[in-house]
Amino acid sequence: MIKLSLVLGVAMAVLIAACSKSDDVDEKVTDGAIRIGVLTDMSGLYSDIGGQGSIVAAELAVEDLGGEVDGKPIELVSVDHQNKADIAAQKVREWIDRNGVDMVTDALNSAVALATSKVVAEKKRILMVTGAATTRLTNEDCTAYTIHHSYDTFALANGTGTAVVKQGGDTWFFLTSDYAFGHSLETDTANIVKKAGGSVLGAVRHPLSASDFSSFLLQAQNSKAKIIGLANAGGDTINSIKAANEFGLTETQNLAGLLVFITDIHSLGLPVTQGMYVTSGWYWDLNDETRAWSKRFFERMGKMPTMIHAGVYSSVIMYANAVKATGTDEADGIMEWLRNNPQSDMFGKNLTLRKDGRLVHDMYLMQVKDPSESNAAWDYYNVRQTIPAANAFQPLSESRCPLITGGSS
Amino acid sequence: MSEVGITLDSLLGQLLLGLVNGSFYAMLSLGLAVIFGLLNIVNFAHGALYMMGAYFAWIGLTYFGIGYWWSLLIAPSFVAVFGMVIERSLLQWLYKLDHLYGLLLTFGVSLIIEGTYRYFFGVSGQPYPVPELLSGSTDLGFMSLPNYRGWVVIASLAVCLSTWFVIERTRLGAYLRAATENPQLTQAFGINVPLLVMLTYGFGAALAAFAGVLAAPVIQITPLMGNNLIVIVFAVVVIGGMGSILGAVATGLALGVIEGLTKVFYPEASSTVVFVIMALVLLVRPAGLFGREK
Repeated sequence: MIKLSLVLGVAMAVLIAACSKSDDVDEKVTDGAIRIGVLTDMSGLYSDIGGQGSIVAAELAVEDLGGEVDGKPIELVSVDHQNKADIAAQKVREWIDRNGVDMVTDALNSAVALATSKVVAEKKRILMVTGAATTRLTNEDCTAYTIHHSYDTFALANGTGTAVVKQGGDTWFFLTSDYAFGHSLETDTANIVKKAGGSVLGAVRHPLSASDFSSFLLQAQNSKAKIIGLANAGGDTINSIKAANEFGLTETQNLAGLLVFITDIHSLGLPVTQGMYVTSGWYWDLNDETRAWSKRFFERMGKMPTMIHAGVYSSVIMYANAVKATGTDEADGIMEWLRNNPQSDMFGKNLTLRKDGRLVHDMYLMQVKDPSESNAAWDYYNVRQTIPAANAFQPLSESRCPLITGGSS
Repeated sequence: MSEVGITLDSLLGQLLLGLVNGSFYAMLSLGLAVIFGLLNIVNFAHGALYMMGAYFAWIGLTYFGIGYWWSLLIAPSFVAVFGMVIERSLLQWLYKLDHLYGLLLTFGVSLIIEGTYRYFFGVSGQPYPVPELLSGSTDLGFMSLPNYRGWVVIASLAVCLSTWFVIERTRLGAYLRAATENPQLTQAFGINVPLLVMLTYGFGAALAAFAGVLAAPVIQITPLMGNNLIVIVFAVVVIGGMGSILGAVATGLALGVIEGLTKVFYPEASSTVVFVIMALVLLVRPAGLFGREK
């Protein structure tokens, strides 16, 4: 008897769910829940800068929101995209079609972010990219539903490139990761270097996750450039820096890590990284608020958060604020509201969304400390300069985004 | 592509670096060839065993103060024992089945090992210092070669040659070859073939771990370090001819050099050149360059 009623109950539930699905257009928050998908690299070379930390950051945000927005629960889902754009796009499509996901965050890896942004725009949901770096997301490939949150290749190039040229590093050679992100970072940095009066002597492109960097570094060494720009990330940057030290490049040339995360510094140690410039959208030791949040993060992860983790937290808070204010999870309304209402949270103040999808905020130019200056583990940076929001990102006047230029996409 | 002109010096430098990388390929593919030759197992766990070797060295240094030279001995021994446990508990049931089963099982084992290490150590990796004796570099005229890289070439050649000598020129090696050729008959002569097989897998695992310890000071030790290498090493074994020891070593070194040259002339293709060569070799000689047609 119990069994029968159970079966009936399940059947009823399925029916009700099916019915409510068909008229969910009328509801303010579809399915009665706010679903957020954390799309990240859980097992590959970027899993320390995103990965489990991104999920924890999103959980912290949900906790701070009390687990709900106006009585509607916030649910988190996550997936390992394995750094494969096709897997990511397919998973996100499934999330939206079957699981009713409203917002996707992190989207580490530029190839993943580019593929996902198309799916999300087609389905009219929202993608808040905190992990990927390519400026294509707000230029050629911009959509009305992508928010590029934490940083991008222009901002990195702008911060580090300008500072290094100013210090006299006016000839550059690039070591570039051979995919969308690396190319984007190389191009953006080369432009900044030339604008600042420097010159680019050449570049070598290496495959993602190359097992050995000595050959590439030897080419960089032969270029006689003063600065070797590392247009790569994660494990590739770490192995480049390690090999550069081994081959004695650092005695005659200087390295400029264009996308270096605090986890990379932690892994390499200060003796080989000291003096390097790093541009970042966030650092755990900026102010009391960031320190307090990072302490909570550290208690769960056993390491300090990267700017991507902080970005994931901020993206969830921003999205929830928008749902609360507009009373709906309808994407156009939320994007509109966010464009008109700059946000402030632990990530930064006055986070302003531009029409091309770029979230504009201050960036920070930092320099890695000497081992003697560092008081504790994770005490790695001196903040050398705050790059004001107005100058930190690519100006709208240079935008190639069809939403700005009026061209067809 | 590099816009800087390619000079003779830089070409020589790249050849030498290719030789260093080739040494790793040679050592790893040697282990694979030995295991395949005797066990008929396509050992996909080889990359994970290589990674374990590097981690044992790091753990030894960090927690127990065991230096590099001792690690060269201790880490391979530990991994060999681990390998023998795997062989006795899992692999021995698969010898009569198709190669595919061994491949799938060892692939699964490597995923478990890598996942476990990733859980404990993350992917950013751990640094391992170059031993004091080998720090610094030597100016060769055309480039300055870190002493440690030179040592890698010497150590790996020594290991490869002694392996070849043991298998081809000693009584133990003769038993091994006999067991490969005809296990039943060898057993009938009173030779303990299962023991021989277990020791062989242990030895293959130790070779991988030895390569791992050698690699530790050169690259960041991460759970994925074997993963990035194993596919290339498999291509090396296929090109050399499955099961051929000499083939594995010669092909390993040669492909390291070819890959090094590709990095100069068209770096974008450096990760694929090995597979292009593999496809070409398979078209012309399906058994590999040094393999025998069965």
